[in-house]
Amino acid sequence: MSAVSQSLRIDPTTRKVPPFGGINPTLLAIEVRRMLRNRRTVVFALLFPVGMYFIFANQSYGDQLVGSGNVAAYILVNMALYGAALTAASIGSMVAMERAQGWSRQLRLTPLNPAAYIVVKALVALLMGGIVIALVNVIAASQGRAQMPTDVWVECAVVTVVCTLTFAALGVFIGYVVPGENAMQILGPGLAALSFLGGVFIPLTQYGEVMRQVAYWTPMYGVSEVARSPLTHELPWYALVNAVAWFAVFVAGAAWRMSKDTARV
Amino acid sequence: MIGIQTAAGPSDTGVRRAPAVALRGVTKAFGPVQAVRGIDLEINQGEVVAFLGPNGAGKTTSIDLMLGLSQPTAGSVQVLGMQPREAVARGLVSAVMQTGGLLKDLTVRETAQYMASLFAASGDVDDALARAGISGIADRKVVKCSGGEQQRLRFALALLPDPALLLLDEPTTGMDVEGRREFWRAIREDAKQGRTVLFATHYLEEADQYADRIVLVRKGLVVADGSGAEIKALASGRTVRATWPQADTAALDAIGGVDSVEVRGDSVLVHTKDSDAVARWLLTNTPARDLEINAKGIEEAFLSLTGADGGDQS
Repeated sequence: MSAVSQSLRIDPTTRKVPPFGGINPTLLAIEVRRMLRNRRTVVFALLFPVGMYFIFANQSYGDQLVGSGNVAAYILVNMALYGAALTAASIGSMVAMERAQGWSRQLRLTPLNPAAYIVVKALVALLMGGIVIALVNVIAASQGRAQMPTDVWVECAVVTVVCTLTFAALGVFIGYVVPGENAMQILGPGLAALSFLGGVFIPLTQYGEVMRQVAYWTPMYGVSEVARSPLTHELPWYALVNAVAWFAVFVAGAAWRMSKDTARV
Repeated sequence: MIGIQTAAGPSDTGVRRAPAVALRGVTKAFGPVQAVRGIDLEINQGEVVAFLGPNGAGKTTSIDLMLGLSQPTAGSVQVLGMQPREAVARGLVSAVMQTGGLLKDLTVRETAQYMASLFAASGDVDDALARAGISGIADRKVVKCSGGEQQRLRFALALLPDPALLLLDEPTTGMDVEGRREFWRAIREDAKQGRTVLFATHYLEEADQYADRIVLVRKGLVVADGSGAEIKALASGRTVRATWPQADTAALDAIGGVDSVEVRGDSVLVHTKDSDAVARWLLTNTPARDLEINAKGIEEAFLSLTGADGGDQS
């Protein structure tokens, strides 16, 4: 009898479903902490763009004017975008790995549903992108060469954060295509190549006509034009189309691979 | 105590509690493969039940259905009177799965904090770790934990929402003897609080030792359901041995339930499904003495019930 009466201490009718599908600040904090503990992420997403900034911004052309700022500011926005994109891609690539390891199955024993899990990863990508962008900006600002009005500074950073979602989706997609922990070995060099091609490391004006025509079609070109638009006051329509189209392509690719991977949740 | 809302349990006078698990006519097919071929099963709240069967009997498939991880091809699955996913979302049912992975780069405590944050109301993380016996390794990275320690972490995670029903799928697979004993000690300690526990196992002694009730499954069907003693009796009956020179074997054969009678010198061995009837008859109607009644091991019971086709193992 004692066993039975004790079992009744749990009254199912008093139990509630968590709000927001289980998404909560503790969860995001632990995910961000995980990322910050990952040395490879910190080195490539932070030290590399900061290093590149110092190399390029310290050239003689750094003080030349661009839009409402100078070339050093232009380079700063580019490098922050690169760092945030790499971070977001690495977070995205972890989705496939965590599924392969069975973590998503463990999560299915909780109220967190699969859609909420993807939202969490997207939020973590935005948060980490924001942290990387903020750090690159603070380091560059303390150096003092980059010049642009404060509101432009903030606008560029915010727009860049949003642009990183494209690369989070790319990361999810590549994570599924390239199994295991090799995804980042593709994404690292791959994003660097796309950055060269898209005019993030070297302005497209330095390229020949053919290269430039190719560049307009690559994924880094569109988002970098969008990210710099508050500074340059220029945004060609085809750059905006490029940014939206590549976002759609990567999200579709990620969704396609994920839907293939439903054998045993 | 984890997440107890009221000191005294709600009154149970006149209230028919929903069964912890109710499977009705459940089948589950994966393409041409029938993993579950029609299971009816009701488990009341507070029971500790073993789901015993060989690999491929449909144990994991059934547990997946109880958790709403897959949908039955036919039939209905209810957990605590609600749909499985609803019960999971309310933290009423949790599980230790064979396949549930853990994030290697989190510490034991972080993993528990992560999971605890997902429930509307969750118990204390350190308390759950203590119950699972892993407080001492709370700051260790999961990757550095042994298989047994990881399994106990999964157990701690399952305790976090203070579930009314705990499902364990082959929870001690891959553990050494010591780890297995520790794990069951923790489970037993926890079950004393009246939590309903259903565990799948193919370790016979685990089912016999730790469950109040054994549900024997084979090829997607329940083939037997009862206490460990009932299962053993059901499968193979008992052997009654007595000293009785010139035993009347014909009279013994005539007793209901007797399968065979064997004479060895002055002794007689009676294999029977109803040992009580044989013993009563022997003691009251014959000069037989030195009675011994032996049950076959549960291992033999298990083999004869789940073996290839019929109890033809020797």
